[in-house]
Amino acid sequence: MKILVAVKRVVDFNVKVRVKSDNSGVETANLKMSMNPFDEIAVEEAIKLKEAGSATEIVAVSMGPAVCQETLRSAMAMGADRAILVQTEVELQPLAVAKLLHAILKKENPQLVILGKQAIDDDSNQTGQMLAALANLPQGTFASKVKLSGDGVEVTREIDGGLETVALKLPAIITTDLRLNTPRYVTLPNIMKAKKKPLETMTPESLGVDVKPRLKTLKVQEPPKRKPGAKVADVKELVAKLRSEAKVI
Amino acid sequence: MDFTLNEDQLAFQQTARAFARNEFAPHAARWDRECIFPKDVIAKAGALGFCGLYIPESAGGLGLTRLDAAVVFEELAAGCTSTTAYLTIHNMATWMIATWGAPDLVRQWCPTLAQGTKLAWYCLTEPGAGSDAASLRTSARRDGRNYIVDGAKAFISGAGATDVLVLMARTGDAGANGISAFLVPAELPGISYGKNEHKMGWNSQPTRVVNFDNVRVPADYRLGEEGDGFKIAMQGLDGGRVNIGACSIGTAQAAINAAQAHMLERRQFGKKLAEFQALQFKFADMLTELVAARLMIRLAASKLDAAAHNATAFSAMAKRFATDAGFRICVEAQQIFGGYGYLKDHPLERFVRDARVHQILEGTNEIMRVIIAREALKDGALDDLQ
Repeated sequence: MKILVAVKRVVDFNVKVRVKSDNSGVETANLKMSMNPFDEIAVEEAIKLKEAGSATEIVAVSMGPAVCQETLRSAMAMGADRAILVQTEVELQPLAVAKLLHAILKKENPQLVILGKQAIDDDSNQTGQMLAALANLPQGTFASKVKLSGDGVEVTREIDGGLETVALKLPAIITTDLRLNTPRYVTLPNIMKAKKKPLETMTPESLGVDVKPRLKTLKVQEPPKRKPGAKVADVKELVAKLRSEAKVI
Repeated sequence: MDFTLNEDQLAFQQTARAFARNEFAPHAARWDRECIFPKDVIAKAGALGFCGLYIPESAGGLGLTRLDAAVVFEELAAGCTSTTAYLTIHNMATWMIATWGAPDLVRQWCPTLAQGTKLAWYCLTEPGAGSDAASLRTSARRDGRNYIVDGAKAFISGAGATDVLVLMARTGDAGANGISAFLVPAELPGISYGKNEHKMGWNSQPTRVVNFDNVRVPADYRLGEEGDGFKIAMQGLDGGRVNIGACSIGTAQAAINAAQAHMLERRQFGKKLAEFQALQFKFADMLTELVAARLMIRLAASKLDAAAHNATAFSAMAKRFATDAGFRICVEAQQIFGGYGYLKDHPLERFVRDARVHQILEGTNEIMRVIIAREALKDGALDDLQ
């Protein structure tokens, strides 16, 4: 069974991001970049399925400028077998990414596609769902457990009310939630081996996909500063403030 | 000349940083306080490759360069100085076995050592032979197919908790040429240990006196020829010095990171500490020294990789500079933290205690100056050491 995993290069989760002075976006120049943490979970899940003997090949896909190769090398150092980069300088929005993935799906015919539920930069949480719609495939989003059974897969989803388990027929689309697994560290020998694994480069044009942005960002701004709290002397004052100021009781 | 790390080095650095952040840093204070030698975490480090960095691939290691290793050790030390320092000693001892051991010995020991499933330590210093290492008195007397080892070693890191040691012992006359090197399995009868020393820092690794009483070591466990021991010890230490310098700059980087965060957060007299020029200048000097120290460590590592004839002098200069600068930076960072820096709730005092010993061991910084001066005062040396 072939698994396709999508990985995105994002600003590292340890970096404090700053909004650009013209409010057009966040500052990304000279920042440490790394693989979207939810995508790391996707890669880890694919590797686990391969280690368990359920999968035979893992193909990692990324999209964006040439530096995204680094992210693909990381995926291959973790354990993906080969990689595809769709190279473009155009800003890619979820619909464009979903269309590109759909085009690759048609070439590769994977039984399972695993994506992060969202990327920590734009937090769109749309690509997996859009891909499922475009490809007309079943989807199990926010997965906290994935179990293959026969020609299907059981996905336990984290939903507001608790957990929901859905049974999907393969091929299927899965998006990962935080608790699905803990990604492994990349070992140093595997970093070196990853360099020898094949990385294929394509373009949106060669895939026949129009990636023109459909959404326009009007303004990006910092969240409002949190107001400092106040100390209360005793329970009585706390209750009074909850009643008169916070108005929650 | 290109001062940027290559793609591999960046990837190694990233792995080491993530490992140090998740596996070392959260526990380092407890390991220090309770004197815990974290063998389980060292085994995890071994699984990633950190126990056999510059061990040749033929011996089961990764065959990386000293420069690669310096980058990795620096990152790891930012998480736990003491545990990383032990890893550097383990790498050095394993490298000695891989380089000078007979093929069978290398096959038997190096792959497990390089994976970190077995651990090594290094025995040179004696109670009466510190800086004057060539005066060591532990003897190895040939007796048929064995050597019989008698004597004592002091300040031995990892002693009593690890599997194999690289021992320097006297097989011949007084002086450096009468010393030979041996691999000695720790389980051999006649090896006993002193108490775990109470130390100022480096508390996540045990340090003990090791006694050898009539220990029979097979002759084919000798590393190199008889009389090669001191040469082996010194070559190992060239690398060891670069490694320990890397531990200093990693620790100093962690101290600087903490100091910067504190300066941007802490307010006194109505403004942030970062707005006081006295502290700005202090901070600027700290970072400048750190960058200089890092460059010297990487230069010395490159000299070792190139097997340059003057690598010893460059290693000594780098060790002297980086360990002095590293300690100073940790002290200054502690100063910026004020009273909080003196509390064990913050890591600054541990950084200071851990970094202090780097000025003392792998050859004191005074011995580094002896080595540097000896090389520098040779005729024509100044062109050579440019």
